[in-house]
Amino acid sequence: MAFKGQIIIDTEHCKGCGVCVPVCPMKCIELSKEVNGKGYNFTHTVNDSCIGCASCAMVCPDGVISVYKKKI
Amino acid sequence: MNKDMEARRQELLNQGYEEVYTRTKVLTDAVMHYCPGCGHGTTHRLIAEVIDEMGIQDNVVGVSPVGCSVLAYNYFDVDFQEAAHGRAPAVATAIKRLNPDTFVFTYQGDGDLAAIGTAETIHAANRGENMTMIFVNNGIYGMTGGQMAPTTLVGMRSATTPYGRRVDLNGYPLRMTELLSTLPGTYYVTRQSVQNPAAVRKAKAAIRKAFENQKLKKGLSFVEILSNCNSGWKMTPVAANKWMEDNMMPNYPIGDIKVDGKICEGIDANRLVLDHPLTVMQ
Repeated sequence: MAFKGQIIIDTEHCKGCGVCVPVCPMKCIELSKEVNGKGYNFTHTVNDSCIGCASCAMVCPDGVISVYKKKI
Repeated sequence: MNKDMEARRQELLNQGYEEVYTRTKVLTDAVMHYCPGCGHGTTHRLIAEVIDEMGIQDNVVGVSPVGCSVLAYNYFDVDFQEAAHGRAPAVATAIKRLNPDTFVFTYQGDGDLAAIGTAETIHAANRGENMTMIFVNNGIYGMTGGQMAPTTLVGMRSATTPYGRRVDLNGYPLRMTELLSTLPGTYYVTRQSVQNPAAVRKAKAAIRKAFENQKLKKGLSFVEILSNCNSGWKMTPVAANKWMEDNMMPNYPIGDIKVDGKICEGIDANRLVLDHPLTVMQ
């Protein structure tokens, strides 16, 4: 059984600390080169390999990541 | 959650996705003032999630300290009381005694709980007040610019110990959690951390247990959370988390120390009387 996940990131509230980047087991999160309204390099997804494990959401200090998953 | 995100969420739910995790409603929409990557944010989130899961949002009072988390009342959608510096346990004692069925917690940092508020902390624990204390330890005075705290490690650089903390000059790091576990008034004493997903889940379970213990009316539940202070330590958040694992954890070992009023098995008696050899940082 495999899962496919999706994350929604509140980019305006992301502070770009990057704590979620090394904890992602599928390496699908990176800091963007663009900045948000406050000048932080927000987090974004770079590929489609998310499995919905919610590791990124668990460590996010600002709770800006929502995680969704479904069976495939 | 703004309109675009709400639309995206609906789209995913319609496609058969189920929600695994979303920001709890017990946290307000205010943007936290903490530095990027600070463990305070994660700890706030865990407390809010525990309150949400226990369904006690209407029946909980928090007491916020002075320090980085002085504005904690802005971020929780629950009743809050601000206390004078270090006096949160005393204020929480009054709230709990007047409202015995209300869940009361204090949220304090190491400058508040372990420095100016040591007397209040120790006496609240010794009286066995039936409340929860959350102690966020980052080994430094973060808000005032990174000065040495009682919990600063031996050899650790700070604004007031630029060549590293010296035992002959500045004394030893104070280990409040071990100290409080020796008092008969404490019912649950543990030390957790929030640097990776596994640690966060364990910390959440500990906070949940600390809140559940208030129903038993057996004594104080004390949860120390090791946190990074990337601004005070002058590191990136990821490097600060690594530094914490390498240097803080040998001096502040993670795990339960006292559960259900009994010292856990495998806890060395020497560790509790604080005469163990301290690891000196390189």
